[in-house]
Amino acid sequence: MRLFNALVILFLSFQLVFAQRESHIKVYDEFDAFAREILNAPSDSLTVINFWATWCKPCVKELPYFQKLHLSHPEIRVIMVSLDKKSDADGRLTDFLVKHGYTFSTLLLADSRATEWIDKVNPEWSGAIPATLVKRRDGFDFYEQDFESYEQLSHTLGL
Amino acid sequence: MQLTLLISLLMTFFTGTSTGGYKPGDVAVDFKLKNVDGKMVSLSDFKSAKGYIVIFTCNHCPYAKMYEDRIIALQDKYGKAGFPVIAINPNDPAAEPDDSFDMMKKRAKEKGFKFPYLFDDGQKIFPVYGATRTPHVFLLDKNRVVKYIGAIDDNPQDAAAVKSKYLEDAISAIQQGKDIIPNVTKALGCSIKVKKA
Repeated sequence: MRLFNALVILFLSFQLVFAQRESHIKVYDEFDAFAREILNAPSDSLTVINFWATWCKPCVKELPYFQKLHLSHPEIRVIMVSLDKKSDADGRLTDFLVKHGYTFSTLLLADSRATEWIDKVNPEWSGAIPATLVKRRDGFDFYEQDFESYEQLSHTLGL
Repeated sequence: MQLTLLISLLMTFFTGTSTGGYKPGDVAVDFKLKNVDGKMVSLSDFKSAKGYIVIFTCNHCPYAKMYEDRIIALQDKYGKAGFPVIAINPNDPAAEPDDSFDMMKKRAKEKGFKFPYLFDDGQKIFPVYGATRTPHVFLLDKNRVVKYIGAIDDNPQDAAAVKSKYLEDAISAIQQGKDIIPNVTKALGCSIKVKKA
């Protein structure tokens, strides 16, 4: 039994270390891995996936609305997909998120073969950012637009 | 308030998507837009053109910047062959100051553009074509029939790692009288900046 307890503690401490590691932004080199783990992963909760980049002004402008969504609605999965350069993951992107105090879940999609994967995100998407995919239990809604206020975003989500 | 939201949302939909734009096979409208040298330019000015490489692009967008040298190379390669590059900046400078006419002139000079870099003043042309992002290519044949819409190639970040040169393949297909496959491609890009009311 003591051995068991020790194992549990060991396991938990590993998890803690692992959780700290996870604060680094995960980089997806392959769209298929992103699709498997995020885009097409089954989920019972409403999932909002936003495609953006730190250099994209209209994207940056709407980030506070997604942060507010993330804080006000813990039942919604808010996933922010950065299309910044892979080399920016630990530098520019992390700095940006820290500076603005953003705590939403962020990953970086670095697969340059966008001509092949844009349609797989949504056939309606022309490829312009910002773009937002809303994943409901019964399907997807797609918005190739920026949101002008938190109210517009939450209204669009039917909140 | 909700009605206003709904209307603005609908407006964004209609202007933001390509529902009103061209598809391959459509005949594209000619235009008369101001070039960085101050002269007005139309497609019909190119009397001996066998086709037109119309590229909606701009100064500020990182994707546009990544393709800048490739656009210059396209003019060098295809201008002589009768397929001139015609670049059009579709952005409203009120929404994106880096894309003002003065900044366009500056950039064209710095990079030595040998093709017209036109300003879509009043943003009347890009919605008719259905451009949604920069860069966004519309390849027309000599009768202004749209033959190809989309990306220049399949790798914005690394020109050396390109596997498919969609645009060049499409031009070759026109030159050889063959079908263009694919005739529509997608690419990441910056949304076209429209001043919010």
